[in-house]
Amino acid sequence: MTTYLIKGASIVGAEPTDLLIRDGVVAAVGRDAAAPGAEVIDADGLIALPGLVDLHTHLREPGREDAETVMSGSRAAALGGYTAVCAMANTDPVADTAGVVEQVWRLGQAAGLVDVRPVGAVTVGLAGERLAELGAMATSAAAVRIFSDDGHCVSDPRLMRRALEYVKAFDGVIAQHAEEPRLTVGAQLHEGELSGRLGLAGWPAVAEEAIIARDALLAGHVGSRLHICHVSTAGSVEIIRGAKRAGIRITAEVTPHHLLLTDARAESYDPVFKVNPPLRTDTDVAALRAGLAEGVIDAVATDHAPHAVEDKECEWQYARPGMLGLETALSIVMSTKSLSWDGIAERMSRVPARIAGLDGHGRDPAPGVPANLTLVDPAATWVVEPAELASLSRNTPYAGMELPGRVMATFLAGRPTVLDGKATK
Amino acid sequence: MTNLEQSPDRGGITGHLLSAADLDAAAATQVLDTAAELAALSDRSVKKLPTLRGRTVVNLFYEDSTRTRISFEAAAKRLSADVINFSVKGSSVSKGESLKDTALTLQAMGADAVVIRHAASGAPHRLARWVDGSVVNAGDGTHEHPTQALLDAYTMRSRLGRLSGLTVAIVGDVLHSRVARSNALLLNTLGADVTLVGPPTLLPVGVDSWPVKTSYDLDAVLPTVDVVMALRVQRERMEDSFFPSAREYARRYGLDAARLRKLPEHAIVMHPGPMNRGMEIAPDVADSPRSTIVEQVANGVSVRMAVLYLLLGGQV
Amino acid sequence: MAYPSSVEQTDSGGAAGTGRLAAKVVVNGADLARIVDRIAHQILEKTDGARDCVLLGIPTRGVPLARRLAARIEAFEGFLPPAGALDVTLYRDDLRLRGARAVGHTDLPPAGIDGKQVILVDDVLFSGRTVRAALDALKDLGRPRLVQLAVLVDRGHRELPIRADYVGKNIPTSLVENVRVRLTETDGSDEVRLEDQVGGAA
Repeated sequence: MTTYLIKGASIVGAEPTDLLIRDGVVAAVGRDAAAPGAEVIDADGLIALPGLVDLHTHLREPGREDAETVMSGSRAAALGGYTAVCAMANTDPVADTAGVVEQVWRLGQAAGLVDVRPVGAVTVGLAGERLAELGAMATSAAAVRIFSDDGHCVSDPRLMRRALEYVKAFDGVIAQHAEEPRLTVGAQLHEGELSGRLGLAGWPAVAEEAIIARDALLAGHVGSRLHICHVSTAGSVEIIRGAKRAGIRITAEVTPHHLLLTDARAESYDPVFKVNPPLRTDTDVAALRAGLAEGVIDAVATDHAPHAVEDKECEWQYARPGMLGLETALSIVMSTKSLSWDGIAERMSRVPARIAGLDGHGRDPAPGVPANLTLVDPAATWVVEPAELASLSRNTPYAGMELPGRVMATFLAGRPTVLDGKATK
Repeated sequence: MTNLEQSPDRGGITGHLLSAADLDAAAATQVLDTAAELAALSDRSVKKLPTLRGRTVVNLFYEDSTRTRISFEAAAKRLSADVINFSVKGSSVSKGESLKDTALTLQAMGADAVVIRHAASGAPHRLARWVDGSVVNAGDGTHEHPTQALLDAYTMRSRLGRLSGLTVAIVGDVLHSRVARSNALLLNTLGADVTLVGPPTLLPVGVDSWPVKTSYDLDAVLPTVDVVMALRVQRERMEDSFFPSAREYARRYGLDAARLRKLPEHAIVMHPGPMNRGMEIAPDVADSPRSTIVEQVANGVSVRMAVLYLLLGGQV
Repeated sequence: MAYPSSVEQTDSGGAAGTGRLAAKVVVNGADLARIVDRIAHQILEKTDGARDCVLLGIPTRGVPLARRLAARIEAFEGFLPPAGALDVTLYRDDLRLRGARAVGHTDLPPAGIDGKQVILVDDVLFSGRTVRAALDALKDLGRPRLVQLAVLVDRGHRELPIRADYVGKNIPTSLVENVRVRLTETDGSDEVRLEDQVGGAA
């Protein structure tokens, strides 16, 4: 295994220093870090962050390998500075058995570019009717800790209560896709002035907020952990703030696109801006940024959702919801200027690693810590060119935008997955 | 999106007609004036004009709408355009060819204009990105139906002599109505005052930001209007609890003889068709001399001729 | 009808008056009135006293010219021949090149044109394409016994085998020149001006 000497990196914004990476761990930090024969990486002006951890990634394999594979998604993740991703369960077949989650986990190991941690489905086939074998997935080789029907809400309150209770046995967490389905029948776009004008069925904020409020109360009642996926409204931030204040064990994530874009993008009817939950308003964006900075929202998660061209190059209402996110997440968060380097490390690495129970991730580079880290050039900018992204799909909402920050290198357990801004495989 | 360019030199509209918002007052008035001249020509023995000879107009209909298709077909044929009718059954992507592939086919055929009717809001906007010809929105989902609004405005102007300052009530299922959206925009552009009337469940969220007034009380509005337009209300809405029953809807929002008497002497009654007689409009009201429902159909051809002429007449 | 502008127009016959470098008044208000009188007489001669005659002006300036001719015929003969308007926009062959134009008004006398002697009236005869369009438009409106053409100015450069039966004034022009006809009804004064395209014309 090659030894690397990273010279002149600023660890989470601190004074520049050197890092020695050997045998999968950070062997030494400081000006005296040196080793004969080490490959030197000039990190002058670069920021070293603990490898980013994504709580919410769709890798599409098995089932839609035309849109993304574990390999292509892993490459995108590494290029985005990630060292761990939680792969959502809505594949085909659904990841609702130990067999499927182990398959995804093994594909991730084989790809070797990022730690792929499968998320297990809460209910069989995501149908919301009966619990999947959560325990079997937890004790499988994939060691599943996060369970989610993401894409669907576990809307039956009784079933949700049972799931919250059941996963306590193995320290699991239910990640809820908060969407009251009866309030979002046929919904296409944030319910507001624009949905009315464009004649697209509205997706009201209350459909998210009602479920978050209900589930927070349920989690408090049964003393379980609850995680809320892709929080999108100002009202949700308020509810989560109140729940935390009441001592409920609730965590929440926000996507980069909900931190930047608003429903105004839908005016063109270009489905690249169709996503679930939908893009909201300026007020919501401001509340989400503030909530993230404050810690009411614990983590940034990409909800990276690749879709084949034919699922986006069509009429808005027939298009699938979702956007690419892995390769642009860090730059988008930087562009919002709402977090310091420490804030970025906290919201994009340390806290999500804790939520997902990933001990080897989310730790700032220090002697003895597993070498999962990324080097970012904060001064570089780049223009998003969909065809140049590593994802097999092209559905980025940021095409043509110039973004700040460029991932120059990423290390997974001491091995480079990205060097000179290019994936190593 | 700016679809129509105003050019003093050409004095007309070019590009596409996707939304009534694409028309400013001058462009909308030009359409109505042109339609008026064309209507005068329709009385003569030879109805056909050579204007669009050699041009191809495709009627791309993803929804059954015989009346709209025939209206566009008659308009295009009276201007001597070649008309290709392309009806696509079924509207989901899983069935048959995608809109984009169809668009590329039409592009290859050299369509100068594509008149599209589609169940999905915004489908014409998507199509406009994929074809070079002019796209005319003939009704998209619950979004807009700009030529219907133009023919309604034409009908109002020819009956009442003006549009500026008219008070127009549009009654019924505004939420799902493309006719209401286009009319609200166009009539506002042309200086009329629009009031949208219906049960709160059928007025869209955010309607307060539209350039209109709203009311839940039809009887209070009627004495002040010059025009009352009843929208088609689909009975299925009842199943989805937008209102309790057809009977209650008719009682609160249906145009019947008693309500007709509340209108000012000169006021007219309009309906975009097809009507649910006995639901949003009583049969004797639909057939009364105040009703313009038959005229609306005739005016539709002149207005669509004007739109096709103005969009295609100058296209190289 | 008074033509108050004629004096002013004569005064401004030079370039300085209008600020345009190469504009020259070739027909002033008084000339124009005499020309209309002459054409009216010629029509009377050549159409057997303008019996069954219909004067159809081609918008924009052909329409007031047709009305003036009708009025002069009335002054000479004591009866007013019907005058109307024939818009040819929808029959033009240059729409693709020049863009959709506002459609003008067509206004036929109540008795129509079947069996009548139709005299088309326009301000300037140039390529002949407008007249061709008018002949096409006419055939869709009825079947005249005879069609003639009266123009205020013939500037040459015909592109079609078309000639005028009545010409107010032949003005040989170069293609870089423009003939501007102004009429009181449409422009506030009567005159015909020859303009250099660069210097003056629209």
